[in-house]
Amino acid sequence: MTEATLASAPPADSLFRRNLRDFRSNRLAMASVIVVLIFVIMAVAAPLIAPQDPNETDLFRRLQPPAWIEGGEWAFVLGCDGLGRDIFSRIIYGARISIFIGVAVIVLATGVGILAGLAAGYFRGWVDVVIGRIVDILLGFPYLIFAIGLMAMMGPGLFNIVLALAYKEWVIPCRVVRGETLAVRELEYVEAARALGAGSRHIMWREILPNILSPVIVVSTIRMANVIILEASLSFLGLGVQPPTASWGSMVSDGRAFILEAWWVSTFPGVAILLLVLAINVASQGLRDAFDPRFSE
Amino acid sequence: MSFGKLLERIIQLIPVLLGVSLIVFVMLALTPGDPVQIMVGEQSITPEQEAELRRDLGLDKPMVERFFIFLGNAAQFDFGQSYYHGRPVSAVIAERLPATIELSLVALIVALVTAIPLGVLAAIRKNSVLDRLATVGSLLGVSLPGFWFGILLIMLFSVHLQILPVSGRIGYASEVPTVSGFLLIDTLLAGDVRAFGEALRYLILPAITLGLPMTAILMRVTRTSMLEVMRQDYITFAEAKGLPRRRVLFRHALKNALIPTVSVAAIEMGSLLGGNMIVETVFGWPGLGRLVVESIFLRNYPLVQAAVLLYAVTYVLLNFIADILYTVLNPRVKL
Repeated sequence: MTEATLASAPPADSLFRRNLRDFRSNRLAMASVIVVLIFVIMAVAAPLIAPQDPNETDLFRRLQPPAWIEGGEWAFVLGCDGLGRDIFSRIIYGARISIFIGVAVIVLATGVGILAGLAAGYFRGWVDVVIGRIVDILLGFPYLIFAIGLMAMMGPGLFNIVLALAYKEWVIPCRVVRGETLAVRELEYVEAARALGAGSRHIMWREILPNILSPVIVVSTIRMANVIILEASLSFLGLGVQPPTASWGSMVSDGRAFILEAWWVSTFPGVAILLLVLAINVASQGLRDAFDPRFSE
Repeated sequence: MSFGKLLERIIQLIPVLLGVSLIVFVMLALTPGDPVQIMVGEQSITPEQEAELRRDLGLDKPMVERFFIFLGNAAQFDFGQSYYHGRPVSAVIAERLPATIELSLVALIVALVTAIPLGVLAAIRKNSVLDRLATVGSLLGVSLPGFWFGILLIMLFSVHLQILPVSGRIGYASEVPTVSGFLLIDTLLAGDVRAFGEALRYLILPAITLGLPMTAILMRVTRTSMLEVMRQDYITFAEAKGLPRRRVLFRHALKNALIPTVSVAAIEMGSLLGGNMIVETVFGWPGLGRLVVESIFLRNYPLVQAAVLLYAVTYVLLNFIADILYTVLNPRVKL
């Protein structure tokens, strides 16, 4: 081999960079990331983007159709609901609720799950047994029913929804972290750290955690789509954020009274849920394919 | 699987069931609002009457004792009175249960008969248009909010096309005497084929809505495991022997490919339980799920408690069955 060919060989790339490049080249996943970003921007900048006040009622505009149907106007592009409120503006504000709850639940659950999973996988013994039992018991509840029971107990409200969902959600990252920790704790580099006299805390946080993060992140993004649907379902049942705050689930529910004459009231908020959830699902599948190919089909 | 192993698994269920009961008990105990006040409502009672009521309900006893009383009663299906209905909670639940079971079973059948053929086809014609459509379809299936999908179906088939009923279980004119509580069985027992057809028409939209996420998941599981099996040596061997492809696919491959599908289906039955509340609310289906949602707003907590416990115990048992089924079907897996 000549020196010239050696020099032209591409520089060694880190695994992370290679994975990121794989992800970037997945056009469908990138498109989904853009859709998710649009929703995030909508949520953050809602007061700047929304053409109308989401809670302003106007009985003259009651059930006004979307702009492209006769009787509609472009200032109320997706039409108005039963109280004459602008559906498009309410969808924009509703994005705040869905995204806030999705992110808050996942951050909280992943934090708790990492702590519990690391402890269970690293210390094993009775710690593992206790955490394992709690996990088994929580897995004994169908998700929505558990959340409904908790909401009935705690009463409605934004933070109660986050808690009601996080109470069970942490189990999922916990199981992933525990499994990965069990696999990694016997590897040479952990042994080496231990031989050098590193303490448990250092080994768990500095040696093990950084190496098992990618499956955890992948699972968390997949779960976020699920959490958003659950929140919408709770709101649909009237157990979520209370009126007049706009949330997609309760908007769909409001529209049920008008399915005979005003299909748009239920339809558009549902489209928003579907788009966001679908985009998160596709993007997280792309993430999984790039960062954690073991679980890919 | 040996009897000893099975027994061991059954014993392992006990702490889980106890834990589940404890959580359900604590949920109700921590619910704000005094049960006696809720029960009495607007009526005025003397402090003596209130104390007596409290004693009757066992509310004067310490928490730990109350939990064990609750457990003992639950084991005998005694969940106290439903204040709203003026009857025992268990009687109210028993009345609503058949509707929920019927809907869930039909949803399961809908999911199985669509998911398995589609999953197999997608696997056999990997990367074909059909395979891609199936992939997109299954992604849509898990991303669609059930309550919204149900409303869309109602708007399309009931309001626009007017070919299926909007809500309920059967028309008043077609009611038949209750024997099993399952309308599909009761109408046949009554020899009323027309009513059977009508009950079926009422079932279609809720069952599709409820079964959709399950269909999506089962289709993917079937496709993946079919692809997996078709890569195995024994399939190559069967094909090399010159057996017709159809025979290899259906007699040799499918039998093994369905093992994961069956176990996932058992697990996913649990997710049908959760979906019940939504679908029954959307379609005005008179089952347990809707009863629970209504009871929350009526603050009929003993009923909510009993139903949540029932759902959870069913869920635990379904998962247990799924596990056992998986080992029985797949002798290579040891419990």
